[in-house]
Amino acid sequence: MIFRILNKPELRELFDVLAANRIIGPVQKGTSHDGKPLYVFEPVFDFNELKLDYTSTTRPAKRYFLPSHETLCTFSIHENGWEKSVDFNIHEPHVFFGMHACDINALDKLDKVLLESNFPTPYYAAKRKNMFIIGIECTPQPFCFCRSMGTDSAFHGFDMFLTDLGDRYFVEVQSVAAFNFLKNIKTREPEEKDHARYMELVAEKNRMFTTIVDTTDLAKILDMEFQSDVWKYWGDKCLSCGTCASVCPTCYCYGVEESVDIDLKGAKKKKHLYSCNLIDFAEVAGGHNFRPESHTRLKYRYYHKHRGFMEEFEESLCVGCGRCSEACLAKITVPEVIASVRSGVKPKRRSSRHGK
Amino acid sequence: MENRLPFVDILKGVSGFQRKSDLGSFEYSYKAEITNVYPLTQNEKLYQIQIVDPDMRRRFTFRPGQFVMLEVPGVGEAPFSISSSPVRHGDIELCIRNVGNLTNFLARVERGVQVGITGPFGTSFPLEDMIGQNIFLIAGGLGIAPLRSPVLSVLENRSRYANVDIIYGARQPSELLFTYQYDMWRKFDISLDIIVEKPDTQWNGPVGRTTDVLREKVTKAGSLLSNNTYAIVCGPPVMFKFVCNMLTEAGVPMQKMFVSLERRMHCGRGKCCRCNVGSTYTCLKGPVFDYWSVMNLKEAI
Ligand SMILES: Cc1cc2nc3c(=O)[nH]c(=O)nc-3n(C[C@H](O)[C@H](O)[C@H](O)COP(=O)(O)OP(=O)(O)OC[C@H]3O[C@@H](n4cnc5c(N)ncnc54)[C@H](O)[C@@H]3O)c2cc1C
Ligand code: SF4
Ligand code: SF4
Ligand code: FES
Repeated sequence: MIFRILNKPELRELFDVLAANRIIGPVQKGTSHDGKPLYVFEPVFDFNELKLDYTSTTRPAKRYFLPSHETLCTFSIHENGWEKSVDFNIHEPHVFFGMHACDINALDKLDKVLLESNFPTPYYAAKRKNMFIIGIECTPQPFCFCRSMGTDSAFHGFDMFLTDLGDRYFVEVQSVAAFNFLKNIKTREPEEKDHARYMELVAEKNRMFTTIVDTTDLAKILDMEFQSDVWKYWGDKCLSCGTCASVCPTCYCYGVEESVDIDLKGAKKKKHLYSCNLIDFAEVAGGHNFRPESHTRLKYRYYHKHRGFMEEFEESLCVGCGRCSEACLAKITVPEVIASVRSGVKPKRRSSRHGK
Repeated sequence: MENRLPFVDILKGVSGFQRKSDLGSFEYSYKAEITNVYPLTQNEKLYQIQIVDPDMRRRFTFRPGQFVMLEVPGVGEAPFSISSSPVRHGDIELCIRNVGNLTNFLARVERGVQVGITGPFGTSFPLEDMIGQNIFLIAGGLGIAPLRSPVLSVLENRSRYANVDIIYGARQPSELLFTYQYDMWRKFDISLDIIVEKPDTQWNGPVGRTTDVLREKVTKAGSLLSNNTYAIVCGPPVMFKFVCNMLTEAGVPMQKMFVSLERRMHCGRGKCCRCNVGSTYTCLKGPVFDYWSVMNLKEAI
C-alpha cells in the first residue's frame, strides 16, 4: 500500500480533477424531526456541497449499483417470435467521493455473491467495475456496531481512503487510477508524526463505539435457537414493511416481473429489489406460503445474514451500519434481536432510543 | 480529458455464455419453439419444446432432476423440471400444471409459439451411483413430472439396474398423468403400481396412498434394503416425509434417498434468494437433495 499526505485545501483540487467524471457523494438533504441533518448519496457538482463529515446516510449508495427497479431486458415482438436485447444500465464510470468503511465492506460482501460465485450478475458487475471509490474515516454513532462485525475498516474494494488528521488527510492509495489522479495535486510522503497522529485517531475512534454485538458462535446459536419464542416476540412487533431491507447496504433479494408494452410490439423484464419480510416473499402459485407468519420471515432475514452467508463465505452479511435499526418503525434493532436470541430472554421493557 | 476514467465494458473480449462463470450467460436464453402440446388431464399439459438452433440443441445437455427456466416475453418466467430423457438433449418435454400467470397463458398456447429457455439449473438424481442397485421411484401427484426423467433414463439403461419399482399415487384417476405410457414402462421389466385415494366407477386398481403400496414392498424385501436400494421420491412435502420415514425405518440409508424440493424462484441462479430454505438456495444446492440434507435444512418440511 502507498500512503500519502494531502493538505486540506488540496482536496478541493482533487475534486476538480475528478469532476471530469460523474461524482456521487454525501450531501445534506434535510433535517430530521429531532433536528439532526439527514444525508444521502447524490450527484455532486460543487465541492462545497460535499459533506465529508457526515454521520451516516439514511439510505446506502445501493441505488447506484443495485437500483430498486431495473429493466433486465427488452423484447421486440414480431409475427414469428421475438428478439431480446439486454442493457446493463450503466454508460459511464462513477466516482464515489466519501464512502465509509462499512459501505465499502458492504460492496465487498456483495461482490462475493454477485460477482465471485457461479452465475455472476452482469448488471451489478458492470456498475461495480465502473466505480472509483474514495473512502473516508468516520465517527462511530450510537447505532453503529461495525466494530463487532469486523467491518470498521476497509482493506480492499476502494481506490483511495482518507483519514482526517486535522489540517491534512492521511491517504491510502490502492489503485493505479488513484495514484495517477494524485499526481495532479500536491501530496507528500507521510512522516513519523503523521503516523503517530493517525494511530492516535484510530485508538480514539475505537473508544467511541457504544454498541457491541456479541457474534461469538452466532451461526451455531441461530441454528440452536431456531424454535426460540424470542422470534415470536419480535415477529409480533414487525410490520412486515420491508424498510430494513431497502435501507440495508447488503440486502440484494429481488423479484422479477414481465410486462407487455401498450403497443404490443415490445415487452420488458423488470427486476425490483424485494424484502424477505414482505408477506409473499416465499409464496408460490396456488397460494401456499412457506413463511406465512411475520416471525418466520424476520427470523429468516437474520438467518440468511448471520448464518447462511457465514456458512458460504465465512463472514456475515451485515456490516453493522445500523441503518435498519434507525429506519424501523417498530424499533427492532439488530443488536437487541441478537442479544435476545443469545440469551433466550425477551427484552422486558423496550429501551427508548434517543430519549424518545 | 485525461482525467476521465475509462469506461469498463465487462463483456469486451467475452464471447461465452455457456459456462456458469460467463458474465454474458446471465440473461442469455435459448430460443425454443413449442413444437407440440399434449393435454394430459384437465389441468396439466405436456409441452414438447425444441431449441431452435440445431447446434445449440445438440450441445444442450442436462441430468435427470434438473430444471429449466421457461420464459414467455411479457408474460413471465418460471422454473420447470425437465420431464424428458437426457438422450434427447435440447428437445425437451415439460409437464406443466396451470396455476398462475405464466402457466395459464401456456395452457392456451398452440404449437409453434416461440419461448425462451435458460438452464439447465440445479442438482440431479445421481443415477450413476445407483448402478447395480434396486431403485424405488415414488411419485405423488405432479411429482411424476420431475420423476419421469429418471424413469426414462433408467428404462434406457435397464441392464445397469437391478429391480426397478415405480409407485405412483394420485388423488383420483382423472388426475393420473402419462397414462398412455404405463404399458410401455411395464414391458421394460419395471414394476409399476398406481394407486388413487378416491376411485371413480371405472377404477379397478388399488385404493389408498403410495405408502400403502410401499409398506408391502419393504416388508417383503426385509433387511436387504439397507445395502441394495436407492429411492427417488417426488411429491408434496407431507408425502415424501411419510415415504422417506418409512424407508428409513426399513433400513434404507438417508443418503440413498433423494427428493426434489419446490420453492418460489425468480432467477434459478442463486441471486434472488426467493428459493431459500433456511439459508440454503434450492436452485443451487437443490432442487434434488438427499434426505439427510433435507433433515438438516431448517424449514424444509
Ligand atoms: C425446481 C422446480 C421445478 C418445477 N417443476 C414443475 C413442473 O415440472 N411442472 C409444473 O407444473 N410446475 C413445476 N414447478 C412449479 C412452477 O414453477 C410454478 O407452477 C410456476 O412458477 C407458476 O408460475 P405462474 O406464473 O403460472 O404463477 P404465478 O402465481 O403467477 O407466479 C408468478 C411467479 O412466481 C414464481 N412462482 C410462483 N409459484 C412458484 C412455484 N411453485 N415454484 C417456483 N416459482 C414460483 C415464479 O417466478 C412465477 O413466474 C416447479 C417449481 C420448481 C421450483
Ligand atoms: S423495518 Fe422493522 S417493521 Fe419493517 S420489516 Fe424490517 S424489522 Fe419489520
Ligand atoms: S442488517 Fe442493518 S445493520 Fe446490518 S448491514 Fe443491513 S442495514 Fe446495516
Ligand atoms: S431462484 Fe433465485 S436464488 Fe434461487
